[in-house]
Amino acid sequence: MRDFGYQRAHDVSGAVALLGADPDARFLGGGTNLVDLMKTGVERPARLVDVRELPLDRIEVTEEGGLRIGATVTNSDLAAHPEVRRRYPALTQAVLAGASGQLRNMATVGGNLLQRTRCGYFADVTKPCNKRVPGSGCPAVEGEHRNHAVLGASEHCVATHPSDMAVALTAFDAVVSYETADGPGELPLTEFYLPVGDTPHLETALPAGALITGVTLPPAPVAAHSRYRKVRERASYAFAIGSLAAAMDVRDGVVRDVRLALGAVASRPWRAREAERLLTGGPADAEAFAAAADAELAAARPLPDNRYKVTLMRNLVVAVLTELAEEAAR
Amino acid sequence: MAPAPSSTSSAITLTINGEKYPLSVDHRTTLLDALRERLDLTGTKKGCDQGQCGACTVLVDGRRAVACLQLAVAAEGREITTIEGVADGERLHPVQQAFLDLDGFQCGYCTPGQICSAVAMIEEHAAGWPSAVTDDVRPEAGPPPLTAEEIRERMSGNLCRCGAYVSIVQAVAQAAAVDEEAAA
Repeated sequence: MRDFGYQRAHDVSGAVALLGADPDARFLGGGTNLVDLMKTGVERPARLVDVRELPLDRIEVTEEGGLRIGATVTNSDLAAHPEVRRRYPALTQAVLAGASGQLRNMATVGGNLLQRTRCGYFADVTKPCNKRVPGSGCPAVEGEHRNHAVLGASEHCVATHPSDMAVALTAFDAVVSYETADGPGELPLTEFYLPVGDTPHLETALPAGALITGVTLPPAPVAAHSRYRKVRERASYAFAIGSLAAAMDVRDGVVRDVRLALGAVASRPWRAREAERLLTGGPADAEAFAAAADAELAAARPLPDNRYKVTLMRNLVVAVLTELAEEAAR
Repeated sequence: MAPAPSSTSSAITLTINGEKYPLSVDHRTTLLDALRERLDLTGTKKGCDQGQCGACTVLVDGRRAVACLQLAVAAEGREITTIEGVADGERLHPVQQAFLDLDGFQCGYCTPGQICSAVAMIEEHAAGWPSAVTDDVRPEAGPPPLTAEEIRERMSGNLCRCGAYVSIVQAVAQAAAVDEEAAA
């Protein structure tokens, strides 16, 4: 590991000033991803600015009836919060589906959004990777890509975003707040992650040196009827090979409102707007769910070894929406 | 203590099992290495060193965490409890006693991490935290019973290469029951 300086920030403006938009410095949250990447040499910061003690560890109900979640709230506290469990149960389920009890106690909301892909080539500094070393190539396209992206990828990178939490946040129209030396800013989570294109090393639309301060969820009554379903290669403590955050309001057999976000299929959580559009106002039955999933997945460009994901996601959409429809009918 | 920005080491004081330990650390030092290599607290074990096995589980401010991904310098000011600190003097913690009673181990290497993890996990459950296998996470549904399925999910961050899981689950269940009786 490279030698590095360490400073602990005590307030937001101090943290931003300490980082100073230095490309060689990183904010340190829980460290569950960053410290691991530093050990393997994927990340080689010259300085860390520890933001764990910033006063951003609260979850508050907003005046509109949504939630404002501080950036240093731990995954555990987010998942356990009564208002999250009541208003956005799929968010609690998504967070609990990720990592382990130990890691959820350490990991923070801000850090979770900025965690890096678990692509094996990205993690191995002896291999080429356009995300780690721009222009070096992407061995995954012709190599191991069983768990890689089927939507929105490019020939330059087929890595997926590993977060479960971000999938649920994307379904519920979360807005990311940040602070820079020039003042605060906001980004909808659906615009937070940049398209892959030929610049997979540029992952987010955050300005240089910006510190994520929190995430705001607008009120969404539909979210009270939501769930997160994660498919993985073992029963627990593994990254998704496909996941779905879904919320649906059904009355008299008709879909009044629906939110869908797919996980582990793209470089970012994939908001399924085409499927949502097709479903809204239509019948809440398996045929309509399958047609909507197919329409969304028509954009899929799978590689030889991850074609299964298209079928998997179609089945996930149908299964979870069917469950939500049955619940609504009770 | 705030180091100069260019410095790559700091003089810090760690609080472990209620005692203060002043030491100078290279910033690259993890809490795990500080415990084992600097402070002779070798009960905490190094398994994968990548946050995947749970052998190095300790409590930080009462919550379980993996010491291999915790930088020592960033642990200053926090209350750390290791396996050396979970007993009450000579009286074993109910989780320790249950692991002995029910053979919750074979080689024993993962055991300190299993025990620290279980100690905190039982508290998480008592606080009403749901898990990934909890059917209904809404607060109105109330806390889920601590079934074997719940224990397995909640302890999934602790691997046991001997495969002593059957006994580990039984030990955790017994310790949780002792805890509940004490609370009743």
